[in-house]
Amino acid sequence: MKKLLIGTAALAMLAGAAFAESHSVVRLGTEGAYPPYNYIDDDGEVAGFERELGDELCKRAELTCEWVTNEWDSIIPNLVSGNYDAIIAGMSITDERDEVIDFTQNYTQPDPSAFLAMEGMDLDMEGGIFAAQAGTIQASYIAEMGATLVEFATPDETIAAVRNGEADAVLADKAYLAPIAEESADLAFVGEDILIGGGIGLGLRESDGELREKFDAAIQSMKDDGSLNALIEKWELGATF
Amino acid sequence: MFGFCTDPDTLSGLSWMACYLTTGKHMAIYWSVGTVLLLLAITAPAALAFGFAGASAARSRILPLSWLGRGYIAIVRGVPDIAFFLFFVIALDQFFEWIRHKAKCPDWDQPIRQGNDFVVCAEAKLPLGNAAQWVHETYGFFLAVLTFAIVFGAFAANVLFGAMRAVPRAQMETAEAYGMSPRQCYWRILVPQMWVYALPGLSNLWMVLIKATPLLFLLGVEDIVYWARELGGAKTARFTDYPHGDWRMWYFLALLVFYLMFTRVSEIVLDRIMKRLTHGQATSGGEAQRKAA
Repeated sequence: MKKLLIGTAALAMLAGAAFAESHSVVRLGTEGAYPPYNYIDDDGEVAGFERELGDELCKRAELTCEWVTNEWDSIIPNLVSGNYDAIIAGMSITDERDEVIDFTQNYTQPDPSAFLAMEGMDLDMEGGIFAAQAGTIQASYIAEMGATLVEFATPDETIAAVRNGEADAVLADKAYLAPIAEESADLAFVGEDILIGGGIGLGLRESDGELREKFDAAIQSMKDDGSLNALIEKWELGATF
Repeated sequence: MFGFCTDPDTLSGLSWMACYLTTGKHMAIYWSVGTVLLLLAITAPAALAFGFAGASAARSRILPLSWLGRGYIAIVRGVPDIAFFLFFVIALDQFFEWIRHKAKCPDWDQPIRQGNDFVVCAEAKLPLGNAAQWVHETYGFFLAVLTFAIVFGAFAANVLFGAMRAVPRAQMETAEAYGMSPRQCYWRILVPQMWVYALPGLSNLWMVLIKATPLLFLLGVEDIVYWARELGGAKTARFTDYPHGDWRMWYFLALLVFYLMFTRVSEIVLDRIMKRLTHGQATSGGEAQRKAA
């Protein structure tokens, strides 16, 4: 077993050496399951607000960027171990996450979260059952609220849980829920919108200060010339800057 | 794909379906079927090799080697797969990068562990940060194969270890009486005869391995279950030309058929192998074959 390990390591080193060249590529990690922020389009490519934003940011910061999809659950561990260089996946800036990774300035306003439930549902905020995607700010919000939380790995499953009665309502970013509510007659928003989190930012390794400054400057320049607002309006993400 | 697919809104019925099933995204799921089959084709012999090495080590007369084999079997079998896949692959990747870092950047003065971050010099990255996407994917794939091989190798080692003990003692004694050295006894008598005892256990492992492929997505390799979930989820018209409701049931039904067919074919092949291995063996199966002939 040891020989095999060493052999593989040696092989990997040889393979790596063949690609040694020093212009850098920045790899952007996203989830690809959270429209309109990021999703996989019909051609199998990453698309959405963050795709356009990320491409523009890379152009302004003069970086060559590549898109990678990764499961939400392991998106932070893979960043810190260096499998990609930035998370751009609708990730809200929270203190909890800030302890592990660094964030750029926010590129969206704190997005209102909303409850989506079956038409005509009365929500019981204390004793109700709420669905949310695991590891999101909405999940921790429900947990703090004291209601019963059911977590799902993908946003898509949270909606399915409401439809099949497993949960009374789902709490998620309003920009994600709005197109779903619009198209399904059986689902409707309930209660008031709530503001959680400090807006969405790019997540970067704490040791990667240089890259963070580049992205920060690029976001600032997009804020200054209004192109970020135009993007936010195009994808109907709510409040502009 | 087809010429008439340019405006899916106007299509209906079969032609809509034909266009829908040939989008770029659907091509990805067809590709992933190939990925899964390739993974199995490489992992199965690799796991068997790990298993054979593990079992041989475990029954070795050299004590440290025997401990190594037994330790491998006990530890890997005891750790839950999902924990192994989340933790071990990242650790393995970091181990490779650490070796490369030591070799390639001897005058690097910063610590490798900075808080939560794992930082090696750019030349030590694996694959290199500027490598093409397919290199990253291939690397991820081989990490997956290696992890699968180590995990399933431990189970296979246990099966083979048991099978080696199941070979009748009389066979070994006869070999010794003929003056064969321990090495000759092992390779000429024990190994050829143990497979018939190992095969039921190994075929079980194979079936489990077939169904364990969704663990791939934890490693960033997109397998068929990932795509079935992604494609089957409800799609709103704003984000696709082919909006539809929650179709996951149909996609998973297709997966079910795929897996059932696959296991059926496996069963048939394994039956044949079993028949061949039993031939001429001192087991009840071998005896039945002898009488029937």
